[in-house]
Amino acid sequence: MTTNSIEICGISKKFVLRHTRSLKEAFVWIMKGRKGDLSKKFYALNDITLDVAMGESVALLGLNGSGKSTLLKHISGVMLPDTGTVSTRGRVAGLIEVGAGFHPDLSGRDNVYLNGAILGMSKEQIDAAFDSIVAFSEIEEFIDTEVKFYSSGMYLRLAFSVAVHTDPDVFLIDEILAVGDEPFQKKCLAKIKELHAAGKTLIVVSHDLDVVAKVCDRGILMESGHAVMDAPVDEVIARLRS
Amino acid sequence: MTTGIGGNSAPSTVPPLTAPGHGNGLLDVFRSRYLLNLLVQKELKVRYRGSVLGILWSYVKPGMQFVVFYIALGVFLGLEQSPTNRSGMPNYAIYLFSGIALINFFTEALGNAARSVVGNSGLIQKIYLPRQLFPVASVWVSAVHFLPQVVILAFVCLLNGWHPTISQVAVAVAAFIMVALLATGLGLFFGAVNVYFRDAENFVDMLLLVATWASPVLYSWEMVHNKLGPAWFAVYQVNPLSVAVEAFHLAFWYPTTAETVAMVPNLLSVWAPVGMAISLLVLFLGQMVFRRLEGRFAQEL
Repeated sequence: MTTNSIEICGISKKFVLRHTRSLKEAFVWIMKGRKGDLSKKFYALNDITLDVAMGESVALLGLNGSGKSTLLKHISGVMLPDTGTVSTRGRVAGLIEVGAGFHPDLSGRDNVYLNGAILGMSKEQIDAAFDSIVAFSEIEEFIDTEVKFYSSGMYLRLAFSVAVHTDPDVFLIDEILAVGDEPFQKKCLAKIKELHAAGKTLIVVSHDLDVVAKVCDRGILMESGHAVMDAPVDEVIARLRS
Repeated sequence: MTTGIGGNSAPSTVPPLTAPGHGNGLLDVFRSRYLLNLLVQKELKVRYRGSVLGILWSYVKPGMQFVVFYIALGVFLGLEQSPTNRSGMPNYAIYLFSGIALINFFTEALGNAARSVVGNSGLIQKIYLPRQLFPVASVWVSAVHFLPQVVILAFVCLLNGWHPTISQVAVAVAAFIMVALLATGLGLFFGAVNVYFRDAENFVDMLLLVATWASPVLYSWEMVHNKLGPAWFAVYQVNPLSVAVEAFHLAFWYPTTAETVAMVPNLLSVWAPVGMAISLLVLFLGQMVFRRLEGRFAQEL
């Protein structure tokens, strides 16, 4: 019954705060016998072990810079851990940042196709979902307008709409629940709950604790690269608020 | 809203656990060719946005370059054969244009490929997708700009008595592939290195400046041979660009002349396979370096 959707085993990630940006400085440093620290390092993730079962919805909570987004990037494969392993089951799609794949000079229609393909959909899948994507975003009459003329709300709607239609097995959501106006936010939340009900695995990063409480069952509290608490979401929120 | 969402129970076929972020290199590019296609279309649409001439700029610029070189080198420096200048080359204009078209393809492809990874940093930092797509798409876009130039070249050659044979077309295609592979390989290499050291793109600019002059685009190979001698000429020939340009001359320019001009000896029997092998080697090495470096792209950009 408990098939794991994500297995994270002791991953650590060191970030290098690089002081040099050119070959010259690196060369000088090597010539000087590598004296001094060329770079400063810190742990963005420190020995994190985590299993997420299929169909679970998990909130990653914590203050800014605690490593939540970095962990998400490791699950999506954007970053690779220095030590430890990450495994995922099925297709992972992320709403890491809404509209990252959008190009302002293309029409809404072109951007739907481009972004859909970037998120891993095939042409047939996008063709099939296209009407539904446009309907969900509620910008039918502007779909052939270049997105640079969109308002920021319209832009986000379309991007979110594409992302929720990619139909992945694991869905990563980073700070995008604050999309659009109140009615559209509600619609997004309903959509996310629908995905959850359909058995998709959700990983949510958000500072909006009320939203997180509504969407997630389990919460993980991160503190400077460590996972310090793993409990039902209400308990984690209670600790975070205390 | 979406269709086909299953029930809450685990589906009967559970996909296996896989490690995210470990691609299969260029194989992934082939698998995501639809995305590649869209990226190329995007680039073609976006490149000349807001300009009146649009994609014509891709022809106006090399056209102007051609005219400048033709007047300066062909007329003033006497490379063009004429009744008063018997020592020049026949049909120098065609000679020049066939070389320039091919070299411009290389220049544009490599120049854009080297910048492609940094240029798409927004995407690379947010979403996992085969990053090799970006350099490959750059080369592809350049190929789209290049092909109409070949059509013009072929048309001019036909007017000058070219009767294309299958072997000539095959030689031209092989030369194109050689340059495309070389540009992709170097593009992968410099595109990846550029993430760590932005010096790479400037180095590439310098390299491209040399590339135009380091192959027999503007002058004839015999001039090089006479100055360098056979040993150093062999070194000159190791550059796949030299071989590709000579192959283009053989395919397009040579048949329009009286065919009394000497071509590079062993061009097809020795140098073409050598050039192809070197291009493939560069592609392999570029791909290897790219894969070695791509794991840290997201944090270095």
